[in-house]
Amino acid sequence: MNSTPAVDIKGITKRFGDVVAVDNIDLEIADGEFFAMLGPSGCGKTTTLRMIAGLDFPTTGSLKIFGEEVGTLPPNKRPVNTVFQNYALFPHLNVIDNVAFGLRMQGVAKAGARKQAVEMIELVHLGGLENRKASQMSGGQQQRVALARALVNHPKVLLLDEPLGALDLKLRQEMQGELKRLQKELGISFVFVTHDQEEALTMSDRIAVMDEGKLLQVAKPEEIYERPANRFVADFIGQTNLLDGTVEDASTVCLANGARVRAKSSFPVGEKVAVSLRPERAQIAQRDDAVDGGSAVDGVVESVTYLGNARVYGIKLDWMDLEVREENRPGATLHEPGSQVTIAWDSEAVSVVAG
Amino acid sequence: MSSAVTPRGWTKFGLHLNGWLVYLFFYAPIVLLVIFSFSASRNVGTWGGWTFEWYGEFAGTQNARNALEASLKIAIISTVISVVLGTMAALALERFTFRGKQVFDGLLYLPIIIPDVTMAVMMLLFFAEFFDVINAVFGIQMRKGFNSIVLSHIAFNISFVSVVVRARLAGMDTKLEEAALDLYATRWKAFRYVTFPQIVPGIAGGALLAITLSLDDVVITQFVAGPGWTTLPVYVFGLIRKGVTPLINAISVVMLVGSMSLVALSLVAERVRGGEHG
Repeated sequence: MNSTPAVDIKGITKRFGDVVAVDNIDLEIADGEFFAMLGPSGCGKTTTLRMIAGLDFPTTGSLKIFGEEVGTLPPNKRPVNTVFQNYALFPHLNVIDNVAFGLRMQGVAKAGARKQAVEMIELVHLGGLENRKASQMSGGQQQRVALARALVNHPKVLLLDEPLGALDLKLRQEMQGELKRLQKELGISFVFVTHDQEEALTMSDRIAVMDEGKLLQVAKPEEIYERPANRFVADFIGQTNLLDGTVEDASTVCLANGARVRAKSSFPVGEKVAVSLRPERAQIAQRDDAVDGGSAVDGVVESVTYLGNARVYGIKLDWMDLEVREENRPGATLHEPGSQVTIAWDSEAVSVVAG
Repeated sequence: MSSAVTPRGWTKFGLHLNGWLVYLFFYAPIVLLVIFSFSASRNVGTWGGWTFEWYGEFAGTQNARNALEASLKIAIISTVISVVLGTMAALALERFTFRGKQVFDGLLYLPIIIPDVTMAVMMLLFFAEFFDVINAVFGIQMRKGFNSIVLSHIAFNISFVSVVVRARLAGMDTKLEEAALDLYATRWKAFRYVTFPQIVPGIAGGALLAITLSLDDVVITQFVAGPGWTTLPVYVFGLIRKGVTPLINAISVVMLVGSMSLVALSLVAERVRGGEHG
């Protein structure tokens, strides 16, 4: 990896009139990194991507690509290319002319541009379809054309805006693998925007979680999942149960019902927090059975959802509801609705976030 | 084939009859016009046997030929200019935000709404004042004629062209232009190689509309025309005052064939472009 970050964002803010789309974010994306920007729609992730591409200019702040300030440089002067949402293929051109477009615009002669385009079309497995029009291709094929059209220019950073959003599940999973393969093969940074947390977790080296224009956390997938920076991240990434409480000391949280549970945190004593308990981290047992875990709460089974590989129990506590997921292993006890149960967990299994 | 809502029996008969009557009402006058343009009788409503005499007279009359030539010249020049200006206006309104955009937007379509006569009087008054000012400032004596007709036709054609081009632009994904810029195109090249090919059908449609409107216009042209410059419709209008002869029929048929060819051309153009989009 290069020591100069591929993308270096410092104090970037973007306003559209009175609306603050991106609010003073700092972000470094390393060379060769598969980087995801994740968040609900309207969180500012697409605006951030568009600023890297040069399609929007930051209101304030500094944006460098490989050390070069590009803040208000137009898109055609930046060493980055974009795979647009819904691909934006040129409908009046066939596949080969779509792919060769960027090279032609850079002044590469027609024959040379076409030759490189054909090679790139081979790389994305579309050989033989060079003369098709975009409208004559399936969604997956259009996606590959869009990839080829961007990659043929050898960008230093490839930007992808919801690249798999329009594909059905099977194709999406296939393309996820394909994107990973291409990124490894080319060794350049891929920055991709998605609202699909599962996609972000499976594909990326690092994830930036955004909400309402703010950058909430930038970390590896494991860290985002295991140690979410706040309530929003904990809730947005995967499923979780948030148990409100107050910090009693460095390793104890007093829950809303008065129960004390073990959970390590660095928050000051008396701070309002939430304990994030993932459904698959909790153990469920009949009330009378002894459970060995750091902490436990009592509840009643309200519902059971059968998922095939697992069961999800809806548990009613005195003061809130919980979800607990149990793998469908042979010999797993089935807890009927109405059963008195104890939900237990290890203190390492939870994380504490600001309430 | 037939469903519960397909008309049957007398209802079906009545609907078919209505359809045929409407077509008869539309096209009988045209058919009559074409037939009587070949009538040898000097009397417009009387059949006097087949002849090409009136077409010959049209071709042989210097004034008629001059009028046709003037019409074509004015139509082509005013169309070219109004297509350029109208397309630019459409691009400005569809792609950019600027101060006073709403006002500009509203004012642009005024010529479509204003009655022809009002527009004609406005133009007449405008040219009278305008020429006075030119004369006072530059000492150049300008007269109504070719220039004033072309300018008037441009004035109303810009609106029509921009309406048609805008409809096409509105249907185009702006992401395509962004993609072109992202792929190292300059703004001009993005327009030349992406935007323009996308809106060509709109521009062609606007141009055909403009050329037709220019060839057809009587009211405004009559007000702003000057000595020596008469367009074909205005010439026909003048002939009627002297008494209707089958010559008018022949000229009308020529104009009809011209207009219909233009419309057919635009349909073919649309078909060809449409095929590309599947």
